[in-house]
Amino acid sequence: MATQHSRSAARIMMAPAVFLLLGWMLVPLTMTLYFSFKKYLPLRGDSLERGLDWVGFDNYIRFLSSSSFWPSVQATLVIVGGVLIITVVLGVLLAILLDQPFWGQGVVRILVIAPFFVMPTVTALVWKNMFMDPVNGMFAHLWRFFGAEPVSWLSDASVESIIMIVSWQWLPFATLILLTAIQSLDSEQIEAAEMDGASVLSRFYHIVLPHLSRAITIVVLIQTIFLLSIFAEIFVTTGGSFGTRTLTYLIFQRVIDSQNIGLGSAGGVYAIILANIVAIFLMRIVGKNLDK
Amino acid sequence: MARAVTTRRKVITTGAAWAVGLLIFFPIYWTILTSFKTEAQAIANPPLFFSFDWTLENYGVVQERSDYMRFLWNSIFIAGGSTLLGIIIAVPAAWSMAFVPSKRTKDILLWMLSTKMLPAVGVLYPISLLFVKYNLLDTHGGLIVVLMLINLPIIVWMLYTYFREIPGEILEAARMDGAGLKEEILYVLTPMAIPGIASTVLLNVILAWNEAFWTLNLTAAKAAPLTAFIASYSSPEGLFYAKLSAASTMAIAPILILGWFSQKQLVRGLTFGAVK
Amino acid sequence: MGQITLQQVTKSFGDVDVIQPLDLTIEDGEFAVFVGPSGCGKSTLLRLIAGLEDITSGTIKIDGNDATDIPPAKRGLAMVFQSYALYPHMSVRKNIAFPMRMAKVPADEQERRIESAAKALNLTDYLDRRPGQLSGGQRQRVAIGRAIVREPSAFLFDEPLSNLDAALRVGMRMEISELHKKLETTMIYVTHDQVEAMTMADKIVVLRLGNIEQVGSPLELYQRPRNTFVAGFIGSPKMNQIQGAEADKHNAHTIGIRPEHIDLSETDGTWKGTVGVSEHLGSDTFFHVQCDFAAEPITVRATGERALSYGSDVYLTPRAEHLHRFDAQGLRIE
Repeated sequence: MATQHSRSAARIMMAPAVFLLLGWMLVPLTMTLYFSFKKYLPLRGDSLERGLDWVGFDNYIRFLSSSSFWPSVQATLVIVGGVLIITVVLGVLLAILLDQPFWGQGVVRILVIAPFFVMPTVTALVWKNMFMDPVNGMFAHLWRFFGAEPVSWLSDASVESIIMIVSWQWLPFATLILLTAIQSLDSEQIEAAEMDGASVLSRFYHIVLPHLSRAITIVVLIQTIFLLSIFAEIFVTTGGSFGTRTLTYLIFQRVIDSQNIGLGSAGGVYAIILANIVAIFLMRIVGKNLDK
Repeated sequence: MARAVTTRRKVITTGAAWAVGLLIFFPIYWTILTSFKTEAQAIANPPLFFSFDWTLENYGVVQERSDYMRFLWNSIFIAGGSTLLGIIIAVPAAWSMAFVPSKRTKDILLWMLSTKMLPAVGVLYPISLLFVKYNLLDTHGGLIVVLMLINLPIIVWMLYTYFREIPGEILEAARMDGAGLKEEILYVLTPMAIPGIASTVLLNVILAWNEAFWTLNLTAAKAAPLTAFIASYSSPEGLFYAKLSAASTMAIAPILILGWFSQKQLVRGLTFGAVK
Repeated sequence: MGQITLQQVTKSFGDVDVIQPLDLTIEDGEFAVFVGPSGCGKSTLLRLIAGLEDITSGTIKIDGNDATDIPPAKRGLAMVFQSYALYPHMSVRKNIAFPMRMAKVPADEQERRIESAAKALNLTDYLDRRPGQLSGGQRQRVAIGRAIVREPSAFLFDEPLSNLDAALRVGMRMEISELHKKLETTMIYVTHDQVEAMTMADKIVVLRLGNIEQVGSPLELYQRPRNTFVAGFIGSPKMNQIQGAEADKHNAHTIGIRPEHIDLSETDGTWKGTVGVSEHLGSDTFFHVQCDFAAEPITVRATGERALSYGSDVYLTPRAEHLHRFDAQGLRIE
């Protein structure tokens, strides 16, 4: 389909996008890399004009050995892991439910999808104030209704609160993807299994689940990438305290609050490497699909 | 499923599905409802579901006190602007990748997608530095460029998939009919691609509107969009639930409406074709 | 006006040579059919002539002028695609008008040509409909109409009838042939269906794996196939090809005899065999006869209805004047 004429035109037409993204990727990355090897605390008098001291891998080591590092890793694992488990398990169940025939399917779908389109700051604040507030929140009212003491969610169960908030935000995404995957399952396969005498559970286990495993993998990979960098929800609720300081938030604080740019940049490089590892797996699956 | 489902089963399923749906939707519903209450009624216990005096005063107060309209305009401008800019850059790129693919097309596409995986926090400082240096902090232009860059991979990807669905033979027919490149794109490709372009615009306006990292860190007062505006309610004084609800409702209403139309686009745009 | 010459044309996609060095001339006004099995390169060849693909080496001349580097729009050719490739967002009228719009033909001339093409193709009632509202056959005609109004030096057809059902195909075949007689323009037609080739062509080009196996009129290819491939490709059902002792008797590696050139007798004949599966079409009956000397059953045609039971003995006599002989390389021996 291509000829010389169209080939050269194509190259020109791709150029702006390629160059912009190349710049977007390389320029800040090299700067971060640069800063990670330097000692740079602008609040303490370091300035770019006067030149910065080279400290080698010092920042990298200090970031890892800092007392906040492992807690942040733990916070990240717990939060990301928690959200993944909740969204995938509930997502599969919801997807199966929504795939059944019932009245008002369109409306229920809209109801279930809605949370994904709410901006994270609204999500976080609505949950923080109107549901989790120990005095005036809905949960407080509910707890009192059953005669129990209301829970001070964001201070006493911070990690659980964050997990709850973020799960609510991302459950629609998982559900939508898994629902799409379920609906793409050829009904003839299930009917053939039925003819062969398979029970409902057996059909689910041997046909639906394997078919979904691809979609589940995609959901897990994509959500992991986005969840690793959740920010706004933590920013407007706990501010990283009570054990909710994820790796991303830790780096953010190093850069913005403590203004230790060198340290923060080293942390940033760790975050980039981590995200890229997940991305490699995801891109391999996407790449295989592109070949089709 | 062509077989008739028993009515009993359908009733149970309907009940379960609606229960779950309403439960999930409840926070949004509650927010919208509370926006019409007075502050006192907003924190009433037991919570008031129906019997309260509906009032619009909160909307008025939010607009007066914090100039909601400015933030709304910023959101519209930034989301719209970055999407428009992205489309202009992405359409030619997607065209060439879809219709004149080379051996490296797939790799370039995958690479573009991978730039979206870059954790923002890792490049926060360099970007802020550049923004300060070039006077881009708290400007619409700066934010439009950044949001365009983070969404460009998705725009290119979505347009690519939509373009690939256009039968190549139709474009060849246009070529045989004497159309040059310009005519081919203008009279044949674009009209056929309009649904796909519209879908891409839809999803990207939503993504840009809800973006809550760069919009929080690169803006202050002048260019701050609704995401930042709402964030300012995180440390308020006095009773404020009703006002928060009003501000929130106004912030999310446009996107909720748009979002209801864009479920398919969501799947296509954010799963990179790995789920059909 | 529409003479097309290919000189030493080759085409490779990367390392794969799809078209071997090839020479071909199609005379002005000829109806030439490119035919061959899947992957033989016939569509590729058509697209090279159209300009939709670049030639790797060689030249293409249209009316004596070198057209190798000229883009498709400027070659003065028109193409009808297998999937019709109509513009879905334009009405039939606009579809047909499009090429004229590109060529900046004045509006009243456009009108005139559209009316005339619509009349010739029975499309006058459909001019304001969209392709999505038309049947396959109607879409086919719109595609042809769009090609006609360009008044090209040659028409290129890329398997235009493959997407139509059998009955429609026969009708459209005749319409295209009549169109050719009326317009007297060169037509190059690609198909995998040798029946279309035989019934429509002035000249058939048989292709295999990027090579031209034979060029000639339908009758030439039928009566004097140059090699076993052409012999087996042209003619339906396929020519029987027999090797071994029987072939040796005729001083050949392979002998060929068409099913319609074998006489059938229940009493005597040259070859003895057992009746296998028989196909009754009403107008003809085809028997598949198993003979000792041949590995494959021999197909024999009998006119009218003839009943022979499965497993019964039968005698076959090939008509000597229709016996073809081929050597060890598969080439025809005169």
